Amino acid sequence: MSGILIESEVGALPPEPSAGGPAIQGRSPWRLAWARLRSDRVAIGCATIILLISLFAIFAPLIAHIAGHGPNDQDLTNGLTPGGLPRGPSARFWFGTDDLGRDVFVRVAYGARISLIAGVVASFLACTIGVLIGMTAGYFGGAVDTFLARAMDVILSFPFLLFAIALISLVGPSLTVAIGIIVFFSWAAVGRIVRGQTLSIKEREYIEAGRSLGASDVRIMFVDIFPNLLAPVLVYLTLLIPASIAFEATLSFLGLGVVPPTASWGNMLSESLGFYQVAWWFELFPGLFLLATTLSFNLLGDSVRDALDPRGERLFRRAR
Amino acid sequence: MIRFLVRRIILGLVVLWVITAAVFVMFYVAPHNVARAIAGRQASPDTVAAVSRRLGLNRPILDQYGSYTWHLLHGNLGYSFYNSTAVRSLLWQRAPVSVSLALGAAVIWLVLGVVSGVVAAVRPRSLVDRGANIAALFFYSMPSFLLGAVFLYFLFFRLHLAGVGFFPGSGYVPLTQDPVEWARHLILPWFTVALVTAAAYTRLTRSSMIDVLGEDYIRTARAKGLRERRVIYRHALRSALTPVVTQFGIDLGTLLGGVIIVESIFGLPGLGQLALQSVANEDQPVIIGTVIVASACIVVANIAVDLGYALLDARVRAH
Repeated sequence: MSGILIESEVGALPPEPSAGGPAIQGRSPWRLAWARLRSDRVAIGCATIILLISLFAIFAPLIAHIAGHGPNDQDLTNGLTPGGLPRGPSARFWFGTDDLGRDVFVRVAYGARISLIAGVVASFLACTIGVLIGMTAGYFGGAVDTFLARAMDVILSFPFLLFAIALISLVGPSLTVAIGIIVFFSWAAVGRIVRGQTLSIKEREYIEAGRSLGASDVRIMFVDIFPNLLAPVLVYLTLLIPASIAFEATLSFLGLGVVPPTASWGNMLSESLGFYQVAWWFELFPGLFLLATTLSFNLLGDSVRDALDPRGERLFRRAR
Repeated sequence: MIRFLVRRIILGLVVLWVITAAVFVMFYVAPHNVARAIAGRQASPDTVAAVSRRLGLNRPILDQYGSYTWHLLHGNLGYSFYNSTAVRSLLWQRAPVSVSLALGAAVIWLVLGVVSGVVAAVRPRSLVDRGANIAALFFYSMPSFLLGAVFLYFLFFRLHLAGVGFFPGSGYVPLTQDPVEWARHLILPWFTVALVTAAAYTRLTRSSMIDVLGEDYIRTARAKGLRERRVIYRHALRSALTPVVTQFGIDLGTLLGGVIIVESIFGLPGLGQLALQSVANEDQPVIIGTVIVASACIVVANIAVDLGYALLDARVRAH
């Protein structure tokens, strides 16, 4: 029941002209969006970059094996100049070495793992919590809504970085704490969007139809409303991932995230700040990877938004 | 308008209360031994007990909460464990740096964001529009500490090597001492904070401006024979700015975050640096004091932004 109704809801997209074929094939909005996304060259390029960085992260141990250095191995004989300074890029160390004679290439690969884990896990958790709470607030309304909406307002106006500093001063820095903090300060933005959407969706006729057929609140929320929220949440998810990656890198940069010697792009950049006058490679490569990742996710998120809602405002417009 | 402002002030007070309560729970109620942390790792149980007594940590929770709130309301933030000075005077010393940084950055970011947004909206799809768009995307994706590092490398180090020592890499000169030096030391930090955030404002101003330019009253203004400049700046910009002001209120927390990061990169002795140092020194009264004072500043600034919003938007004023 709900499937057909939902399709007609989202199906306000203009039908594509059939290319002279005898039978007009029914295409779901999702399939249309997928087709649009596939024909978007920037989206494909960004997805490729993200895929390559993911492979780089997944095969980090293999890269370490081939390079012959672990991420935390200090090669004091070959990795440092006689003066004890980092060595530049060479056949042995593709991205040069850091101040402790460690291979920057291998460390960037291991840092990619941290960044992607933090970005993806934190964004998924934040979206899940945001959807559950936003849907509850929007669907039930009344006092529940007032309370939850105010709670979201309060969280959104928190000075988050300062609070993160205070919390970490108590529990100590770690990746888990960093992810927890990102989730805590990100879900409210998702919740707000979901609440707004739920408020308008629940007034539609098919929801009333569902209710008059005796569907429970939980069924209406998850079977009838939730599928309509997927598109905006998916867009927000793609844009939340780079924000979370940047947040984790910032925390690690300030010494509040991943604890050294474990490599993360943030703490590598923090260490490199003491050596940027003698070792540009130490700063360049983690920075480049970080920027390439956030940039690709932002562009991809923009294309996803465009594919799902072609008439909507883009985050960043491009000439076609 | 009065009702609108009263509502916003009440929300601000609620936020402030939630923050102080959260700080209290984190530092006094959560299961971890504050006295132990303060007394040091090698302290004997007696010392820990003495510290605990001195801080009143053995009293009932509600009792502790009462005196905590009482002290806060009197502006008494306690003493630093690390160098035994009053937290209030520590914060007072550091505040001018952070305030200079935050205000300057906010001005640059609003001017950059709004001007580029207006220019892009007036000539959509032009070269300026595309350029603003590419720049916005680039800076939007750039974490501010990375931009700071890039600035340090090119504008401080590379220029110094080339013999142009215009941008200092670190340090702070008080405004009262030498305004020119003050600005020179803050240029790079200002732009680091501003560029990263201005990106979103370019986009926001552009889309809101394009909406407004399509309204009937803009056509009327043009039909009256007003100059294009006047139509854009007096008639259109005023209503196009409302969403920008709203967003600015939301982004005050981001501004503070940017200030903390940039202070740590450019070695500016502000509140952010104080907070980070206090974490390293396990100096909890200073951490608590910084969080509460900075939050209070944000709440007050937010109310000021709301006031600006009310002045800008006639619909709010009318109510």
